[in-house]
Amino acid sequence: MTGAVQIDNLTVRYAGATALDDVTLAVAENEMTALIGANGAGKSTLVKALCGLIRPDSGTITVHGRLAHVPEGREMFPDMTVDDNLRLGAWRRRRRDTAPIYDLLPDLAAIRSRRAGTLSGGQQQMVAIGRALMADPEVLVIDELSLGLAPMIVTSLVGHLRNLHATRNLSVLLIEQNARLALDLCRHAYVLESGRIVLHGPAATLARDPRVTAAYLGGHVTVTP
Amino acid sequence: MSDLIGYLITGLGIGAGFALVASGLVAIYRVTRVVNFAQGGFAVLAALLTSTLLAAGLPHGVAELGGVALGALAGLIVGVVAIGRPGTSPGTSLIVTLGLGVLAYAVEVLIWGDQPRSFPGLTGVAEVAGARLPAHYLLILAVTAPVFALMAWFFARTDLGRALTACASNRYAAQVVGIDVRRMGLLAFTIGGALGGLAGVLTTPVQQVTFDSDVTLIVNGFAAAVLGGLTRPMIALAGGLLLGVTQTLVAGYGGGAYQMEVALVLMLTVMIVQAARTGPVPETAR
Ligand SMILES: Nc1ncnc2c1ncn2[C@@H]1O[C@H](COP(=O)(O)OP(=O)(O)OP(=O)(O)O)[C@@H](O)[C@H]1O
Ligand SMILES: [Mg+2]
Repeated sequence: MTGAVQIDNLTVRYAGATALDDVTLAVAENEMTALIGANGAGKSTLVKALCGLIRPDSGTITVHGRLAHVPEGREMFPDMTVDDNLRLGAWRRRRRDTAPIYDLLPDLAAIRSRRAGTLSGGQQQMVAIGRALMADPEVLVIDELSLGLAPMIVTSLVGHLRNLHATRNLSVLLIEQNARLALDLCRHAYVLESGRIVLHGPAATLARDPRVTAAYLGGHVTVTP
Repeated sequence: MSDLIGYLITGLGIGAGFALVASGLVAIYRVTRVVNFAQGGFAVLAALLTSTLLAAGLPHGVAELGGVALGALAGLIVGVVAIGRPGTSPGTSLIVTLGLGVLAYAVEVLIWGDQPRSFPGLTGVAEVAGARLPAHYLLILAVTAPVFALMAWFFARTDLGRALTACASNRYAAQVVGIDVRRMGLLAFTIGGALGGLAGVLTTPVQQVTFDSDVTLIVNGFAAAVLGGLTRPMIALAGGLLLGVTQTLVAGYGGGAYQMEVALVLMLTVMIVQAARTGPVPETAR
């Protein structure tokens, strides 16, 4: 079986500090794969290396098909309209018609002429997803789907994502702070800790693994007064 | 009355030259956030080469085109040196452009000497509402207007224009969608060079050029461009025309010695007002 993404022995250092240490990870074709881990674990570093935005120190990355990226923090072109933001998503493509995206994400149609910088976080996240889809990708990498968003918005985004995944051939690598959401949504999952993959396997299995439940699904937050 | 109309049209013609220099500054700043202090030099180089080409017997049109092409090439070279190395900050690049502007003096004096030069443009005298003035001023306006219309359309309505603007709007996002930010920056410098070159070849028939004419051009061009926050071509056009007219009026009715001061005062006023309105200028306006 050929994977959509195959990362082997990936190591990335920032000025001496090792952010990723010998990471091996695969995303199977037409599947959703989750990558979870604490703040600073190296998730975004992995995404940037995968998308060619930083150069790894060693290791190999193979991507089958076109890859598009919903970056951490949404990264709008704030002074441009939603429609212009979407069109730029197709910069590397010949077809730059935005109409299919409005069919897919109808919420965007109503705000197509608004400047992206004036939108709410949830709306911006929707634009970021639409912009990535404009590249007509076979592989979609989403760095923090739910960060900073209200639960209702997250539910609607997840709905959109499920739909997308069901209706087109799309392999997804989902980076997500909300581990429960990620494990629910995806078939496979990886756990990254301090730059190393410490666990991986079927999401359902990981969701029952005591190491995962303790660290990521604990639900117990102690608040010191 | 006919004096006034004469001054106005002359002023618009001179202002159009400033506006073209400003448009080059805008094209470069909009994409790279670099203030290109070598901008006036593109005009000087283009004018000097055009004078040589005309003297060598090339026909009008071809010679001017050669000048503009040299401006574009000079723009590309300045771009390569100023932003070619990844990770150069806009501030560092600005200093590099200043240095290259001074270096250009040496090249210009070496090739063309330090005496003023000029070449004939559109000959003849035009009569507008009773005022008689060199017809060339009208040519300057007739060329500048469509250039600005084209530039505004290009940046706002074409995908390449949007991609260029995207580079400075959010450099990281531009990389995310696959825009080659460095290449776009070099393209902006090339466009800026061509616009500067156009300013030079258009205005030299009515204002002779020396190697250090770039100082007047950059001061006035910057004053015009800063009106629109260095990013808006149409406001830079208005600013350039306003400066040209004001200076011609000051020179016509007052004394010719104060032209540069007009630009400096206007520029300082705009910058002070803007600083008071928005607080300190952020290094990367996001
Ligand atoms: N540009 C950089 N220069 C130096 N160190 C960096 C840089 N970017 C990230 N790091 C470091 O690399 C490590 C991994 O960062 P990364 O952003 O990949 O984490 P993350 O898992 O995405 O975290 P979060 O959940 O907070 O987004 C961190 O220790 C971080 O401080
Ligand atoms: Mg991150």
